[in-house]
Amino acid sequence: MTTTTQPFQFATAAYLTCVENQKAHTVNELYDALEQASDAAIFYHTFQSLGRYHFLTEGFSNDFAQWVLAALNQPRLAERLASIDVRDYVGLAELRADLRQILAEYAGHHAQQARQAAFEPFYFCSAIEVTVPLPWDAKTLAGLRAGLERMSHASFYHHFIASRLRLHLRTNDFSHWFATALGLERLAERTNRIDIYTNTLDTARQELIGLLDREMPA
Amino acid sequence: MNELLNLTHSSLDQYVPVVGSAEVEELRALAAPLEGATVEMINSTAVGGGVAEMLVRLIPLMRGVGLECHWRVLEASLEFFEVTKAFHNALHGSAYQPGPCDFEIFREYNRRNLARLPADPRFVVIHDPQPVALVDARACGHPGRWIWRCHIDLSRPDSNVWNFLEPYVARFDGAIFSSPSFARQLPIPQYLFYPSIDPLADKNRELEPEFVSGVLDRFGIDGSRPILTQISRFDRLKDPVGVVRAYRLVKRYFDCQLVLAGGGAPDDPEGSQVLTEVNEAASGDPDIHVLELPAASPLEVNALQSASTVVIQKSLREGFGLTVAEALWKKKPVVASAVGGIPLQVIHKHTGLLAHSVEGTAYQIRFLLSHPEIARRLGEQGHEHVRENFLVTGNLKRYLTLFQHLAGQ
Repeated sequence: MTTTTQPFQFATAAYLTCVENQKAHTVNELYDALEQASDAAIFYHTFQSLGRYHFLTEGFSNDFAQWVLAALNQPRLAERLASIDVRDYVGLAELRADLRQILAEYAGHHAQQARQAAFEPFYFCSAIEVTVPLPWDAKTLAGLRAGLERMSHASFYHHFIASRLRLHLRTNDFSHWFATALGLERLAERTNRIDIYTNTLDTARQELIGLLDREMPA
Repeated sequence: MNELLNLTHSSLDQYVPVVGSAEVEELRALAAPLEGATVEMINSTAVGGGVAEMLVRLIPLMRGVGLECHWRVLEASLEFFEVTKAFHNALHGSAYQPGPCDFEIFREYNRRNLARLPADPRFVVIHDPQPVALVDARACGHPGRWIWRCHIDLSRPDSNVWNFLEPYVARFDGAIFSSPSFARQLPIPQYLFYPSIDPLADKNRELEPEFVSGVLDRFGIDGSRPILTQISRFDRLKDPVGVVRAYRLVKRYFDCQLVLAGGGAPDDPEGSQVLTEVNEAASGDPDIHVLELPAASPLEVNALQSASTVVIQKSLREGFGLTVAEALWKKKPVVASAVGGIPLQVIHKHTGLLAHSVEGTAYQIRFLLSHPEIARRLGEQGHEHVRENFLVTGNLKRYLTLFQHLAGQ
């Protein structure tokens, strides 16, 4: 089995949610607020909502889409916002621009609905990340598999989802390590194709473990 | 201030079956850099109320992961608590005319308690407004990081009281709120900590089916027919009469029962009046069970929630509404009003259903009774939502994260 001199260092992250001094009552206000919102707030309501609600696999994509559906009852716009896939983004500027474009297009065609007040406002939040290295690492696929079985949801989220923006690549820590430390490009690619929207964190982890089992000699 | 000395250490190991060994291992990793750090938790009462109930569970866990955590309670007389009760109501939006000495009484009792504050805790967490003026200690060079944990909804406070309290709040290193909607614009960082339930407490632990059926028998409830339940005190803001009206709309289509269970309030004239109104609304229907439970009936509440087909929380206004988290933890489908902290717990169509009227509540209940598979899925997802966000272990994690963040500043 291939052993690397660049071990995979397991870590976990805990998040401190901060309440921002910003809220929106309508689609138009959400459009304006998204211009002013911090990058941390955009990250919180998109990437991080996947971690908070990872156990939802049907119809939940991000906080903006959920608010438009539940508090504004505008399913067409909710669907468009839900179609945003964070895997397509390497930076928050692009993501912010696309969210605003969807809102602007909708408001352009549905001016009255864009002024409609929600049952509950949308409150912007953000999160401070505190990363904690865990006292184990992996030098082989078997070691990584053992680490995967041992890790928490928070740790898996940290390596598989939050990592995408940290790396500024359309990838995750595991795929990055497979490709750069072990030279396993195909495994890296397959890992990166695991769907984080239709899986829970647990089933995504199981899918990854399945890929490792197929890769490793019996 | 009195320190409560009879608190024990509580091991996280007992939570492994609930949250998993990985989560427990990571909580310990998060706590390791804080080993031995002193934490002072200060509030106004040792018994009664949600804050004391939460601290009783949280502090032993903090000790169990190596923090030197103390719980101190303000020493004060009736005149202070009359003022702070008036403050509490005013912060919830009631009109308030301050008495000539109210603010001075508040300051004076805080000054007296200040003298008994230990000299050098690393973290001080002040719960709610009563002890907020203890932050004056910082003016005397008191070290450590100070956090204000506000458990109440400050979205519509009386300006007299808030203008008095805000200068104190602004001198903390941060404020914690239970919901973004409860927060105010402040010059200090504001953090979001959800209230939590303890899955091992009598109110939430798994019960033997025989015990549950015994409770149903005791109250004359038929376990073989659908049971709709609202657990809450008899208060107009919980809209129990509205629940009866929703039940009657459902009853046209389903042979169901309604359980309205809450604490009796013999010393609360409004509570007694509401109870009378509920009994009048329910009269003539043997399938409506209005139950006045003694204040401490966690096992009965647990049994009633566990036996329910649908749990309702049709509040007109709400704080956080932890009865919702309790029901979700028991995998129950919930129909609730979109007020206060409820939408944080009930993510519409994912972990329950939200409603905005009597008719809407009735419709959502009928929908769930007609679609048991969807009801089951909502209940299961609600259970996971609580596991991720509303358990005492999550609360511990948030405090550890906050302390690490503040220690690194």
